[in-house]
Amino acid sequence: MSRIKLATAWLSGCSGCHMGILNLHGGLMELFQLCDLVYSPLADFKEYPAEVDIALIEGAISNRDNLEMARIIRRYTKKVVSLGDCAINGNVAALRNPGGKAAVLEAAYADPVNKPVVFGECVPPLFDKVLPLHQVIPVDAFIPGCPPEPEAIRVALHRVIERL
Amino acid sequence: MPRLSLTINGRAVKARQGETILGAARERGIFIPTLCNLDGLKPLGGCRICLVEVRGHPRPVPACATKVEEGMVVTTDSERVVSMRRMVVELLLAERNHQCPVCVMNNNCELQAVARLLGIDHVRYDFIAPRAVLDISHERFGIDHNRCILCRRCVRVCDEIEGAHTWDVNGRGAASRIISDLAEPWGLSGTCTDCGKCVQACPTGALFAKGTETTGKGTICLEKLVAWRQRREP
Repeated sequence: MSRIKLATAWLSGCSGCHMGILNLHGGLMELFQLCDLVYSPLADFKEYPAEVDIALIEGAISNRDNLEMARIIRRYTKKVVSLGDCAINGNVAALRNPGGKAAVLEAAYADPVNKPVVFGECVPPLFDKVLPLHQVIPVDAFIPGCPPEPEAIRVALHRVIERL
Repeated sequence: MPRLSLTINGRAVKARQGETILGAARERGIFIPTLCNLDGLKPLGGCRICLVEVRGHPRPVPACATKVEEGMVVTTDSERVVSMRRMVVELLLAERNHQCPVCVMNNNCELQAVARLLGIDHVRYDFIAPRAVLDISHERFGIDHNRCILCRRCVRVCDEIEGAHTWDVNGRGAASRIISDLAEPWGLSGTCTDCGKCVQACPTGALFAKGTETTGKGTICLEKLVAWRQRREP
């Protein structure tokens, strides 16, 4: 069996789930005996590769950049896994949903004189509602937790690998 | 009192007349998950988590509110009722804003426990994300409608046990809200006896005692939270 190509991605989350992966400690050695890391914020990769076996995705979909990245990952990946509560239900990122986009921009960026907030082209537009990953692309497995327990990540990854 | 014979999950069970399916099952160690049911309160049959199948009935019935009958054949764990329970819990999670990591009841929550028990790792429905307020006008307690599942345990315990009937339900369907007196701030209620039974009865983080607002992740500043939830749209 050829080595498994593993990717991880960081959408609208706090990186806590990636800390969860790092907290595998010795389990990381075990994992990388089976897998090669081909894309991840934990390493310097510029492009998402064309053939990936498993992608662990942390974070919710809260802007256009997140959505594009999720679609790219789905197109080139056999098994997409939602990692952590933000990818699964929006979690802390979705706290803004009852008020929508305008309320969060106002709360975070408005100056005391209440000038309208203007962003340049380089900032991806926020969506009005933060969405869980499985509402924008099909997802094959879910690892809940905020952040997920390292043991849950280890067991779930092994199950996904078995199903490849 | 006459004893009735029935079958639960293929096991022959004797039960007293007037007993519910839930009570008869529990006596035999057969577990049926519940949410709106609370021992000592009248059954409501509102949450539909305890749905079971009874042979001859076209629809599943709530075990907490259905009395046993002679010769009843009950199934508590069929694929159909388990998938219905899952659906009910997912709909409850989609209806309000249930963000466990920032909730006072994280890891002590009955809704979370039932979801975990049923293996719910994601919700298939769109989250409604309603604008729900938080009332901390009471000196010792608070109510956060974002976490409320409308089980009405607070309403029933206040009415049946305390006899005050401070709580009631306003509105219909998903727009229903628990209200104190005539939808006044809790702190201004003339009927509330400050007994705290509703807080004890609440299965989620909707009703909480002040001063216990620490979660595993640190302390929540209630005043800031209320200001954020009650702010005006820009």
